[in-house]
Amino acid sequence: MAFISVFDVLGPNMIGPSSSHTAGADSLAFLAQKMINGPLKKAEFTLYGSFAKTYRGHGTDRALLGGIMGFTTEDKRIPDSFEIARKRGLEFSFTANETEEVSHPNTVDIAMTNQAGQTMTIRGESLGGGKIRIIRINQVDVDFTGEYSAVIVIHKDTPGVVAHITHCLASVNINIAFMKLFREEKGQTAYSIVESDDALPDSVEELIRQNPSVHDVMLVRL
Amino acid sequence: MNIDFKNGKELLELCRSKNCRISDVMLLRECTLTEQPERNIRKRMQTAWQIMEESALMPLTEPRKSIGGLIGGEAKLLNQQLQAGKNICGSVVSRGILHAMAVLEVNTSMGLIVAAPTAGSSGIVPGVFLALKEEYGFSEDTVLDAMFNAGAIGYLAMRNATVAGAVGGCQAEVGVASAMAASAAVELMGGTPKQCLSAASTVLMNMLGLVCDPVGGLVEYPCQMRNASGVANALIAAELALAGVPQLIPFDEMLATMYAVGRKLPGELRETAMGGCAVTPTGCKYSVCGSCG
Repeated sequence: MAFISVFDVLGPNMIGPSSSHTAGADSLAFLAQKMINGPLKKAEFTLYGSFAKTYRGHGTDRALLGGIMGFTTEDKRIPDSFEIARKRGLEFSFTANETEEVSHPNTVDIAMTNQAGQTMTIRGESLGGGKIRIIRINQVDVDFTGEYSAVIVIHKDTPGVVAHITHCLASVNINIAFMKLFREEKGQTAYSIVESDDALPDSVEELIRQNPSVHDVMLVRL
Repeated sequence: MNIDFKNGKELLELCRSKNCRISDVMLLRECTLTEQPERNIRKRMQTAWQIMEESALMPLTEPRKSIGGLIGGEAKLLNQQLQAGKNICGSVVSRGILHAMAVLEVNTSMGLIVAAPTAGSSGIVPGVFLALKEEYGFSEDTVLDAMFNAGAIGYLAMRNATVAGAVGGCQAEVGVASAMAASAAVELMGGTPKQCLSAASTVLMNMLGLVCDPVGGLVEYPCQMRNASGVANALIAAELALAGVPQLIPFDEMLATMYAVGRKLPGELRETAMGGCAVTPTGCKYSVCGSCG
């Protein structure tokens, strides 16, 4: 069983009104923006299930926009996130999709474009009590909570890449807590997500990139 | 004995063998399992308490309207009544309910609160703590100690049952928050660890079956008023325990039955806004989810 801290009970410290619809929404977007490099140009949110029905009354939209700008759950700027985003020149949109069936009632798709024109879409779920997980990166189903420092490697599904990643981590003395591998289909794009107890140095990203089958590397720091 | 206690029985054994309070065991557990020094943990708890205190006080003078529009201004009304000497509950209960409702005003207007254990039940712990602090003049250190006692009860509820209204109804949110506050209140007033768990058990018993039926699907109404009733329930249970009134059913059994009752509640009464207050003719006027047909 996962450790339950006294601050999981008396916490999170958060902007209200809902741990799942406000704090969880903020945390999902906050984690999403850490997975793409550099400042964002555009963020498009598609809301499903209960999120789609009740997002206005829970400030889910303001929390998502705050999170995507890097505001944590206790940031008092969240209620003003629309205004702040406009000032920063961040394009954003919210679409409620009440027809598509999703596995969890509090689901959101976040499509991000950074200043360099790179794009990434993630699907996240707010599980209650502020807990979250990301279940899709681009088209690939994954399972990622952001509770640990993580390396996300997008690579070709081919022999030796996983060995390369673990070798790189071992060479900088990183202890692997969890490691998961996901793929579109055999021989196509795969995602390796490695979670660690230790802080991740920049050098690890460069090391992993040296393998020609690696397409992209993201470091998600706590 | 393992500091990572798994139920109330083990918690009481730890208190007995170490000759200490529930709060001491919970603090030691946190330090041990997170490998953090005590001062870091206490500092973090102090931050949480300061947020609680601010959210419990601010709406007395600065009323806030909720984003859903269902509530706002209740704490100021209660405070005016208290200041005029027209309150009927007695000082501690009257202060407790006004502070609890204040926190919900802050929560529903996108202010900063501490989920305790959830946002919808975030008024009860600060309400009870602040009322006792104002009445008896407890120091901040004493209050911080007692927060770990409340945390121990909430941890056991999260571990062995649920604190989600969608899973167990309001009894799992307001009920657990009130049980946390009751146990901590007993410790603050000098009760034994056993009396703390008795009080927590009494609260769960008295709130058994309480449904989660938010009007319009929003964390506003009846949530805010249920926070007020959670404060009163906590103080009643603490009073019984401190007087030495025995509680027949141990905390662990009461928690298990709260969880079992919660799972037996129909889906309509578990945070879906499809039953209870939410589907009264008046409640339906605020429906956003079409559940009222």
